Amino acid sequence: MKFEEPTSDNLFDRAMVIGKATPRIDGPLKVSGQAPYAYERHDVVEDQLVGYPLGATIGRGRITAMDTEAARNAPGVAAVVTTLDIDPLEISSFNNARLFGGNEVRHYHQAIAVVVAETLEQARHAAEMIDVTYEEEEGNFDLEKAWQNGLGTDEADAETGNVDEAFASAEVTLDETYRTPDQSHAMMEPHSSIADWSDGENMTVWTSSQMIAWARKSLAETFDIDEDRIRVESPFVGGGFGAKLFLRSDAVLAALGSRAAQRPVKLTLPRPFIFNNATHRSATIQRIRLAAGQDGRLTAIEHEAAAHEFEGGGNEENPTNLTKLFYAGANRRVKHHDVVLDLPESSSMRAPGEASGLMAFEIAMDEMAEKLGMDPVEFRILNDTQVDPMNPDVPFSDRNFVDCLKVGAERFGWSDRNRKPGDTRDGLWMVGHGMAGAYRGAPTLTSGARVRLERGHLTVETDMTDIGTGSYTILAQTGAEMLGLPLEQVTVKLGDSRFPASSGSGGQFGAASSTAGVYAACVALREEIARRLETDDVRFEDGNVIAGNKAIPLEEISADAEITAEDTMEFGDFQDDLEIGTFAAHFVEVGVHAATAEVRVRRMLAVCDAGRILNPVTARSQVIGGMTMALGAALSEQLAVDKPRGYFVNHDLAGYEVAVHADVPDQEVIFLDTLDPAISPLKAKGVGELGICGVAAAIANATYNATGIRVRDYPITLDKMLDRLPETF
Amino acid sequence: MNEMFRDKIDISLTVNGEPVEGRVPAGQHLVDFLRGALGLTGAHASCEHGVCGACTIKVNGEAVRGCLMLAAQADGADIWTVEGLSDQGTIKDLQDAFVARNALQCGFCTPGMLVAIDELLGKEGVPSRAEIREHLSGNYCRCTGYEAIVDAVETVARARAQKGAA
Ligand code: FES
Ligand code: FES
Repeated sequence: MKFEEPTSDNLFDRAMVIGKATPRIDGPLKVSGQAPYAYERHDVVEDQLVGYPLGATIGRGRITAMDTEAARNAPGVAAVVTTLDIDPLEISSFNNARLFGGNEVRHYHQAIAVVVAETLEQARHAAEMIDVTYEEEEGNFDLEKAWQNGLGTDEADAETGNVDEAFASAEVTLDETYRTPDQSHAMMEPHSSIADWSDGENMTVWTSSQMIAWARKSLAETFDIDEDRIRVESPFVGGGFGAKLFLRSDAVLAALGSRAAQRPVKLTLPRPFIFNNATHRSATIQRIRLAAGQDGRLTAIEHEAAAHEFEGGGNEENPTNLTKLFYAGANRRVKHHDVVLDLPESSSMRAPGEASGLMAFEIAMDEMAEKLGMDPVEFRILNDTQVDPMNPDVPFSDRNFVDCLKVGAERFGWSDRNRKPGDTRDGLWMVGHGMAGAYRGAPTLTSGARVRLERGHLTVETDMTDIGTGSYTILAQTGAEMLGLPLEQVTVKLGDSRFPASSGSGGQFGAASSTAGVYAACVALREEIARRLETDDVRFEDGNVIAGNKAIPLEEISADAEITAEDTMEFGDFQDDLEIGTFAAHFVEVGVHAATAEVRVRRMLAVCDAGRILNPVTARSQVIGGMTMALGAALSEQLAVDKPRGYFVNHDLAGYEVAVHADVPDQEVIFLDTLDPAISPLKAKGVGELGICGVAAAIANATYNATGIRVRDYPITLDKMLDRLPETF
Repeated sequence: MNEMFRDKIDISLTVNGEPVEGRVPAGQHLVDFLRGALGLTGAHASCEHGVCGACTIKVNGEAVRGCLMLAAQADGADIWTVEGLSDQGTIKDLQDAFVARNALQCGFCTPGMLVAIDELLGKEGVPSRAEIREHLSGNYCRCTGYEAIVDAVETVARARAQKGAA
């Protein structure tokens, strides 16, 4: 089925199940410890051995020798495969850093061996016995240096109007530089796989992946075998946030170990290995210039940024992307530099580009509002746009950013905010208020599903994944709605390469795309039922199909044999002529300790515009989770780079500080009641990435409002404010 | 190989109310014994060094990090994991509240979180939201943002107190 024009009125506008607060259907499995995550799938295959990886301890160079004799002879060891034992594996079209093979070391903790043994302890111990000799080479690990060299060079990526003239003649201008650090997804489930490639022929991988079809294709390319010989399963994923979009070394090492030992092998990447072995969000440096008239209207915007990537590409962190679209302004220039460094591969992390871009841009907007003497909410409202400002012929399909701002200001009590920095005290705490806008695109990807009706029970099968987002639940809701069944009569099976390929989970495209895929399959099923009843006028209600004036129970229709249908939703080109996005306004109150400069967030409010909300329970959770991740980004998350040696130093969960319970205050989310007919038949856009966008800047702005100290270098830690605190406290 | 690691140690303990005998490597973490040798699926390892709480289990009545304790140290211990607590029915209200409030997304942190909460709810009185946050700060959740977890715990604490009072 092809989605070729915006949806008109349809059954979702009279929905019984979609849009209703529905507890996640996978909840009972998860709260009782029965959800099978990759590493604990003890039953999928017998005789599992355990693999343990070894990582390179240099940032760049080559391996001249590896002594594995002790390891091979250690008790319980079934196989040792080193990077010198095999030719360099192909780099799949989804990867940039090679996952294994050859003597070249291109980043710290690159996998260089896997030891397979009867037990984890034996494998771990034997891995430590491998003696590696390196020839270290100088590497380039310094983004700051590259920025200084690259600033102002190269053509703009996009430009409209006359930016230089607009700045020269502007009444008010701003020119500041902002920095965001490297960040880690830090999902709770480490990358883990069980691989069975015992016969060197057919490969089955039980893994933790956001994208089944991509994982399968990557495995095929990496090992140069036919996709048909590979099966991938990932029914439960313990968080991903982009980390599990692409094939990682856990699956590769497990497969190599399995082939060598001729038995299935399970392998989890040790946590301290993940930060440098796998991917992360690149640091960014961003110079933002704004020009406006005294009336507050932006006349020019310039955004130049740099992030780093592995040789060959992969970086998705382009902070200037959103700058093309978010606010009005006739003159505009954006330029992004992807700087090749020898650090581990940077890749997608939740809202790549928007997350870091808004961390900077929404501080700049706050600074500009202050220069103009305007309320930052008013300033944003004034500069709203309903069209792509660089291509005014392209409208936003449905943009209600101004409503987000207005509703948020009202609900937060913005009019009662602290107005002058440093003016409000609560004992030893300086209290401040800040806000920010947020924008995240709403892409769609082709998505397929199969549905089977048997004795009135519907089973949905698609290779879509549920990475915690709630896919199981919203796909069940979609099936229930389409067939007029209660939710209990729908089973959803996900994450198996034997099922039709879906969009997968990522880029905020999963919910919109995969529900549309299930919709398409259900339309086909409904048509098949109608065909059998020899009519084309059917409705599905209360477990019945209603043809003419006859209600026939679905149970009866599918009593003898199951009725199946399969289809794929493809999204038409008309979407290219529109800007389809999601929007939010964030409001934050912080307290900053007058003596220590400790920042404590006291309350947070988000107002979101994301079309129809398929399930308010899971959507709210997505946004609050995003806000919390952004709180970490604002105040504590940073991968520290050892610049001479080229690696992330704080590579464990103690050194990489994510927000914990005690860091997080009361949080509230409001969804505007909006519909976007241009996105899909369900008129629903994703929210998973919107929640992280803009929040960190709102915290930064509130911190400034509390103290009068402007920090433009994330995270906002005590040391960056301590020497500028007021004298008395 | 170091002699210490070659050594196997005999232990006998109870896990989820069942007697268990094991011969474990001296270097084996308790969480790996539970999920490896015993084939349990509830307790997970995430940080592997005691900061995240994903591996939290009950040892002799106390919430303990399964990644910081060796299996050999569990000789004679009485151990409960989320599977056992589920079968027993003692945390049913908490589990129901977790589902109802959507206090989980990916669910990877959930078993450890539930065991830590079980310990908190075993104490006197109804904890405040701040006390809940404090008690659970050693249990990371990267997905939910915590708000719903605090809601669920608060709901159950209040309900239990009311039931106790009635
Ligand atoms: S795995 Fe034990 S505390 Fe994190
Ligand atoms: S639900 Fe995913 S880590 Fe808590």
